[in-house]
Amino acid sequence: MIELSVVNKTYLVGEAPLRALRDVNMTIGAGEYLSVMGPSGSGKSTLLNMIGLLDRPDSGSYCLDGVATETLGEEPRARLRADYIGFIFQAFHLINRLTTLENVELPMMLGGIAPKQRRQNALAVLEQVGLADRAGHRPGQLSGGQLQRVAIARAIVMKPRILLADEPTGNLDQASGNEVVEVLENLNREGITLLVVTHDANLGKRAKRRIRMVDGQIESDTGDDNVAAGSTAL
Amino acid sequence: MLLRDQLHFNGQLFLRHRVRTGLLLLAVGLGVASVILLTSLGEGARRYVDREFSSLGNQLLIILPGRKETTGGAPPIYGTAPRDLTLEDAQALERIPAIRAVAPVIAGTASVALQNRSREVIVLGSTPEIFQVRDLEVSQGEILPDRTRSEAMAICVLGSKLKQELFGNSRAIGEWVRVGDRRMRVIGVLEERGESLGLDLRDMIIVPVRTAEQMFNTPGLFRVLMELDGNADFARAEERVRAVIRERHEGDDDITLISQDSMLAAFNNILTTLTLAIAAIAAISLLVAGILIMNISLISVSQRRQEIGLLKALGGSSRQVRQLFLGESLMLVSMGSAAGIAVAWSAVLVMARLWPSFPLAPPWWSVPAAVGTALVAGLVFSLIPARRAAALDPVLALRGQGG
Repeated sequence: MIELSVVNKTYLVGEAPLRALRDVNMTIGAGEYLSVMGPSGSGKSTLLNMIGLLDRPDSGSYCLDGVATETLGEEPRARLRADYIGFIFQAFHLINRLTTLENVELPMMLGGIAPKQRRQNALAVLEQVGLADRAGHRPGQLSGGQLQRVAIARAIVMKPRILLADEPTGNLDQASGNEVVEVLENLNREGITLLVVTHDANLGKRAKRRIRMVDGQIESDTGDDNVAAGSTAL
Repeated sequence: MLLRDQLHFNGQLFLRHRVRTGLLLLAVGLGVASVILLTSLGEGARRYVDREFSSLGNQLLIILPGRKETTGGAPPIYGTAPRDLTLEDAQALERIPAIRAVAPVIAGTASVALQNRSREVIVLGSTPEIFQVRDLEVSQGEILPDRTRSEAMAICVLGSKLKQELFGNSRAIGEWVRVGDRRMRVIGVLEERGESLGLDLRDMIIVPVRTAEQMFNTPGLFRVLMELDGNADFARAEERVRAVIRERHEGDDDITLISQDSMLAAFNNILTTLTLAIAAIAAISLLVAGILIMNISLISVSQRRQEIGLLKALGGSSRQVRQLFLGESLMLVSMGSAAGIAVAWSAVLVMARLWPSFPLAPPWWSVPAAVGTALVAGLVFSLIPARRAAALDPVLALRGQGG
């Protein structure tokens, strides 16, 4: 499904170059549940963005479902992103002037799907995250946990194969956080590939495969079923 | 992304930022309205002059004493000649077959008084032909009699306003007024008519040409107005006129001939140029509106960094983001233009009602030009913000960091 080989990425922070990823090799199979942990600046967000096609590697290659992405132009990358990947952010990033339903419809709107179909799909996923009755509300009227569930609904409405979550519970209290994690894990059980970047050790531990990053490199890659990273190939 | 969705998306944005949207609409609307209004004024002036000239009758030929160039400027009003153009010259011109009527004019100012009321007005000394050539009618009394072609007589015809000022509603015909230091009998009152060629025909007095000659103590004519036969050739007639004058002025045709066509063409040129210049000035306000759109769009881009990043993360391409921002400007400009056109049209209608004699009308090109300029300015000036939005790094944008 996801294949990174010898990926490097360097950012310029002021004058000094910062190597965010150093020779990262990684393979993720369909339906896996991974957590990526590590100190700030260890490159875990960069890794997430790389996998999410928001960022390009300086060198190395990234194959997504057999497609070499590093040579693709902006348009095909946007299409791949729309088809394969759902994002969940720490700060939810819902658009305040839009209703819950419209927020969930947004990816379909960008994809040019007809309004009737959009509405149907959006209501279906809202049902799935347990917020069908909040369809007409605006983000300002919802609690943190509800907001993140709307964001999840938005992330999965295009039926992506991969869900990338950047600190999904970072802005939530314990109870709401648990709700959100439950929704995410349910989705994973239904077959979606789930990758969670987090500082929260408890959340990290729940994943079946745990990756620890330090200074842009993968320090450890451990799994419950004792399978090493490279061997859970496609 | 469907067009309909894009309109809806931007529409919600406008609703959310009502003040911002309102101000931008105001800027664009004012720009468009001012272009249309100012060009309407210019075009109105052109039409006004056009109408004034055609009211003269189109077979008019005017002789001024002295030689002047008429190209490249307003026609000469006063000429200074080494040799005066005299009444005898005018009478000689009457013998040219293509000329139907010759009206010599001596002009000056004098105070016209009745009892203790007095007004300083323009005095035109002329012959009965002036009424034919300038298409003047009397509403009461009579025009100058035929004898006045060669004799001085103490009679006068009053302009309608002058009559009203001196006599009010009482009868003027047969009464005596004092013109300068002479007493004259009023024989007629001109029909009410507007200004013509900068001369307020309502506020003047017409006296026999010989009388004016004595009053102003000059044999020199101010000008000679001639009406040609309906099918006469201008160039031929002009040649004959010059020949006659040459013969009488020792081989020198020291006159300036103005045909109505040449004056009209000159005025038309000037006024069209003027209208274009005014339009260009007004277009600057559209440019300013464009710059305003750019600034506000740039602010909008930085305020909406997260949203832009989000759109990209949700599968939106740079092109879509660019389109959204360009579309936003185009929508604003379109709405602003529509408002501007509405305002301009209402203003034109109101002004047309207030000043019915001034033919105010926007020229055909002013609306497309105004809207076109607005659209181009809006597009050009939103290119930079749109490009900046499209180039935004979604990763940094979503984290709310600079970049």
